[in-house]
Amino acid sequence: MSDDKLVGIVLVSHSAEVAGSVAELAKALSGGAGAVAVAPAGGTASGEFGTSSELVAAAAASVDRGAGVAVLTDLGSAVLTVKALLAEGDELPDNTRLVDAPFVEGAVAAVVTASTGADLAAVEAAAAEAYSYRKV
Amino acid sequence: MLDADFFRRWMTAATALVDREAERLTALDSPIGDADHGSNLQRGFRAVAATLDKEAPDTPGAVLVLAGRQLISTVGGASGPLYGTLLRRTGKALGDFAEVSAEQLAEAFRAGVDAVRTLGGAAPGDKTMVDALVPAVDALGDSFTAARTAAVEGAEATTPMQARKGRASYLGERSIGHQDPGATSAALLFVALEETAGE
Repeated sequence: MSDDKLVGIVLVSHSAEVAGSVAELAKALSGGAGAVAVAPAGGTASGEFGTSSELVAAAAASVDRGAGVAVLTDLGSAVLTVKALLAEGDELPDNTRLVDAPFVEGAVAAVVTASTGADLAAVEAAAAEAYSYRKV
Repeated sequence: MLDADFFRRWMTAATALVDREAERLTALDSPIGDADHGSNLQRGFRAVAATLDKEAPDTPGAVLVLAGRQLISTVGGASGPLYGTLLRRTGKALGDFAEVSAEQLAEAFRAGVDAVRTLGGAAPGDKTMVDALVPAVDALGDSFTAARTAAVEGAEATTPMQARKGRASYLGERSIGHQDPGATSAALLFVALEETAGE
């Protein structure tokens, strides 16, 4: 896979600050992963806590380079909104996937893996594997 | 037979009911949720009413698909994708007919409720909107009045339940003794349907 076709990453949180900060953190912890397109979709369009399908769709479109888009979410309406958009078929780029992963650790794993030129399945697997990293 | 105008009036009636009940829904959402259910649904249904006025979809299915899409776009909470999926999937199941029978609506609504259950993963007894929707859809084949009665009773029956889905589930036993706001708002859809049919 060529470098100009990296998997894009979307981070959906109830909070714009959380989504934006996790995006910054994942990019920072990924070192040379600057080429990976990472877009936060946090809060509602009016700046409140919640989920906006428009912000999610816009973020997914903005990171789509043709290699697929991995979407990580926090909880509740973030999960349900992405699932509802995926179920209808025409609102997210082709090859967009909701990745079942812890939000922060999964985001770091996804961005690092995407930076290697790995395909969507590998990015998804790396993010999901973050669940198995125990802290105690 | 039920035409697009009937479905538009149904959504308008639902919007009026949500407006009237918004404070009560938010109050129900305060002890076991995040106190935004009424205001979220109010924003969503007002947007539905405005879009239906502007775009005037001309089949029953198109009315519900548009309403569902608008709810997903504007609600901002979990009820947006859940109600949006309910209406959108029901609308798709109605197809392109200019008029549908009550039996067709009952069948399509079942597809919508199945989609909600798949999306949210809730089963009857989990203290969610499913506890109003499932009995209502089961009764919809009999009459709109029977569906309304079943939905309202289903919502009331959530009071002694312990929540197993959504934010309320984090409260464990403390969720017992409160009527579920989602089941309560789901019942409003069937109150509106009965009103619209004039039964």
